[in-house]
Amino acid sequence: MTYIQKTGLVLLLAALAFFTSLVFLGQFRLTEAVLKEAVKPEHYPVLQEELAPMLDKTYSSTFAFVGDFNGYFGAYNDQLKMEGQYEQVIWDDYAFSVTKAASIGFVADNKLLLLLLTVFVGALGGLLFVLPLYRHEPEGVKHNGIMFSSLKSRGWIGVVLGTYLILFYIILYWFPAYLSNMVLLADPISLALSGNLASTWFMYGLIYTLAILVMGIRMFRKHRGNKYQTLRTASVMFFQLSFAFLIPEILVLLNKPWQDLKNIWPLDYTFFFEYRVENFLSSGAVGMFMLMWGIILVVLGVPLMTYFYGKRWYCSWVCGCGGLAETAGDPFRHLSDKSLKAWNVERIMVHSVLVFAVVMTGMTLANYFSGFEMLGGATGVVQQWYGFLISAAFAGVIGVGFYPLMGNRVWCRYGCPLAAYIGIVQRFKSRFRITTNGGQCISCGNCSTYCEMGIDVRWYAQRGQNIVRASCVGCGICATVCPRGVLKLENGPEQGRITDIPILTGNDSATIWQ
Amino acid sequence: MRVRDKAALKSNTEGRRIVIIGNGIAGVTCARHIRKRDSAAQITLISGESEHFFSRTALMYIYMGHLTYGHTKPYETWFWEKNRLRLIYDWVTHIDFEQKTLQLQKQPPLIYDTLILATGSTPNKYGWPGQDLKGVQGLYSLQDLEEMEVNTRNCQRAVVVGGGLIGIELAEMLRSRHIPVTFLVREENFWGNVLPVQEAQLVNRHVLEHHIDLRLIHELEEIQDDGTGRVKGVVASTGEQIDCSFVGISVGVSPNIALVKDTALETNRGILVDDYFATNLPGVYAIGDCAELRTPPTGRRSIEQTWYTGRMHGETLAYSLTEKRVPYRPGPWFNSAKFLDIEFQTYGVVPAAWGEELQSLYWEHPGGKICFRAVFNPDTKAVTGVNAFGMRLRHNFFDRAIKEGWSIEKVLQLMEEADFNPEFYDRHHSAIIGAYNAQFGTSLQPRKKKGLFSFFSR
Repeated sequence: MTYIQKTGLVLLLAALAFFTSLVFLGQFRLTEAVLKEAVKPEHYPVLQEELAPMLDKTYSSTFAFVGDFNGYFGAYNDQLKMEGQYEQVIWDDYAFSVTKAASIGFVADNKLLLLLLTVFVGALGGLLFVLPLYRHEPEGVKHNGIMFSSLKSRGWIGVVLGTYLILFYIILYWFPAYLSNMVLLADPISLALSGNLASTWFMYGLIYTLAILVMGIRMFRKHRGNKYQTLRTASVMFFQLSFAFLIPEILVLLNKPWQDLKNIWPLDYTFFFEYRVENFLSSGAVGMFMLMWGIILVVLGVPLMTYFYGKRWYCSWVCGCGGLAETAGDPFRHLSDKSLKAWNVERIMVHSVLVFAVVMTGMTLANYFSGFEMLGGATGVVQQWYGFLISAAFAGVIGVGFYPLMGNRVWCRYGCPLAAYIGIVQRFKSRFRITTNGGQCISCGNCSTYCEMGIDVRWYAQRGQNIVRASCVGCGICATVCPRGVLKLENGPEQGRITDIPILTGNDSATIWQ
Repeated sequence: MRVRDKAALKSNTEGRRIVIIGNGIAGVTCARHIRKRDSAAQITLISGESEHFFSRTALMYIYMGHLTYGHTKPYETWFWEKNRLRLIYDWVTHIDFEQKTLQLQKQPPLIYDTLILATGSTPNKYGWPGQDLKGVQGLYSLQDLEEMEVNTRNCQRAVVVGGGLIGIELAEMLRSRHIPVTFLVREENFWGNVLPVQEAQLVNRHVLEHHIDLRLIHELEEIQDDGTGRVKGVVASTGEQIDCSFVGISVGVSPNIALVKDTALETNRGILVDDYFATNLPGVYAIGDCAELRTPPTGRRSIEQTWYTGRMHGETLAYSLTEKRVPYRPGPWFNSAKFLDIEFQTYGVVPAAWGEELQSLYWEHPGGKICFRAVFNPDTKAVTGVNAFGMRLRHNFFDRAIKEGWSIEKVLQLMEEADFNPEFYDRHHSAIIGAYNAQFGTSLQPRKKKGLFSFFSR
């Protein structure tokens, strides 16, 4: 490790520690003006009364403030629920918006500075660490020592990182109020982009994008000289920065709906939800285009692109989840389970989620077109459960939190309904396959080990069979790490795509006598 | 056993006891292929080296931390039970060919109807002074790897002896742990008895680029004792003394036939077998590294110690034992290796040197890390062998081209189809054709591209 790298690592860890400590810093003070800003006008009078004991009181920690707020707010709702007055219950989650708005003092006064010192210093530290990687080393596979690394092979560092990520995601999804100070820091950037104050998801998107960019540069270093890996990584970096991060905010600035134009239903599971559709329909030509574009992607885009290029066109070149997995998640790719049992679990789970998403969307649409008479409350309940189980718990907590424990594609492999849909197309109607080069395989196992989707690539390669699997995202790492040039990602005629050769190329003993 | 029809064979072989000694690629392939066509046979694989089949070629990756031992096992544990392949983890101590019985070190004796010997190789040692000191070893078995792990702890400098495939692997392994390596190569260039000069020099350069102290035309003279039975250094044929605490010996391997030496089984360097892998004793076969063909196919050696030949022996013998008796007829020779970061593939035969009987086309990329060679008959122009460094070529393409005797010009014109490099990589076939034209005064043109979208259809 060079001095620059050591400095980078120290900066990254310091920034991370500082960022985490924001939860414990700053002061909070709820005033009538702040409350009025943070809640809907119809709720203001009630909340002003219920939260009266908190007003103009200075809290010295997030925990004290959120605790009090939840206490008073919850008591009010509980009372109403007990009395059966459900129509008066406030269902909006105000804990985050009120807490964020009530932040004062050190953090609220130094947003930009603190943003620099945490998020951007962290990114800079990361850059300083990755830029000198493999300097003065020839181009080639850089996997030395991975199996001895505590971080990368489920040692204590890996477990600590996994635990940290899991906790972060739990707080992010279910207790975002505690992250108010962190989100606050992103206000200046959000204001500049969209004119709005930062939401939790804006802050998350910012960190997510930076993670993909910095770790994408790490991929450039690691795969120097490998054009497939370089282009693919550049592609996910581009789509994350533009389509997922900048363009939606600019759309909001232009008073259009926030829309990630590369996100596709059913991964974008709320696409057909009432509020989204209403939003599209009320946004003129641009809104109409977004609605049509989304539908065309599902109906035509996915099957056509997958037919010609395989699942990879999306999962390892465009997708945001894939983007993070392929960059920040790359050091953990070998931790995926390659067993047959895991494959069986994968098939049941991922297709169940697809069915869940289709049923939920079907209910939503039926409800919508029947004027909300057919299924009524049931749809809302199903939507909520999907949001909780699949979107938050699975995609977020498990999907990223488990990177250092189960590999970088846990969500994509076991949970993503879009991956399931594209996978079905790839398996049954596509020109894509990974070609095995005759009889050249030596069964070393590098391909299987470094397959993030847990495909036992060697199983096929050593039999001379092409690899045609629903789950393959076409990252091309198997071909990269193969020491004998046995694997090649190809789009070609469907004929001969799935092969079963009893005796491999190179042995004519049995074939010439048959 | 002469050629029989399938039905007769099935009824004859109900529950026959097939015992395979050795669970390497040859033995395991044979067992798998027997099971595919004979569900009744009682198949037993014996190995004292490892409980399960692992990929010997991947041993280096365990040391380098790319893989764990578990990753090198091509089959999960359930595979053996599901396919009713009985595994015995023990050493065979004696074979009684009369009684068809095997004695094992720890477990009860075993009776066989058919015995298949797939015992592999052992590293060569040429009687150097000090070759049995602690810290001196070859790399072949799992035990060798474990020993190397211990021997290279706190190693300040290592010496690798022997400029072949295992030698460069040893050097790469040691370098992955930042151990300084001196690499003694007897020939004028790395693997100079196999590679033509230009290819060998390309590898030489790459070895130096990896900070390996390459010493060409250096032979090992003596290994020195530090007084405690450990290695302290080596003396080269040039008289130079090199301090080191580890010596990796990689001067080839020999058939591992210790078990059958001085028995009724006929052996030479290896276990002598006919075209059907049958030994001189009925019901006893030998395949893989340990087998020596009495009459090797034209242009082939009697002992071929590669992963691929081991596998082909296994495939062929299994076919003979279950389907139809067929002689061993390997197709055109092929092999592959990786020299540090540079991949190598060869199809057909490219000798280290040649005279009038061959013509050669050589092209090297200006970067000096990619090259292509084809040798062909001067009269018929038929290609008989190719070497590719730093570029991947399609096995099926050259298997066919060589078998069918395609001319060099046909091969070059169609070579776009042979490209096996990842997508978006630079194509080299135009440059190769250019080199051919320059070398032979021709004006060969690459075949026309297929159309606007041909780029996307590959």
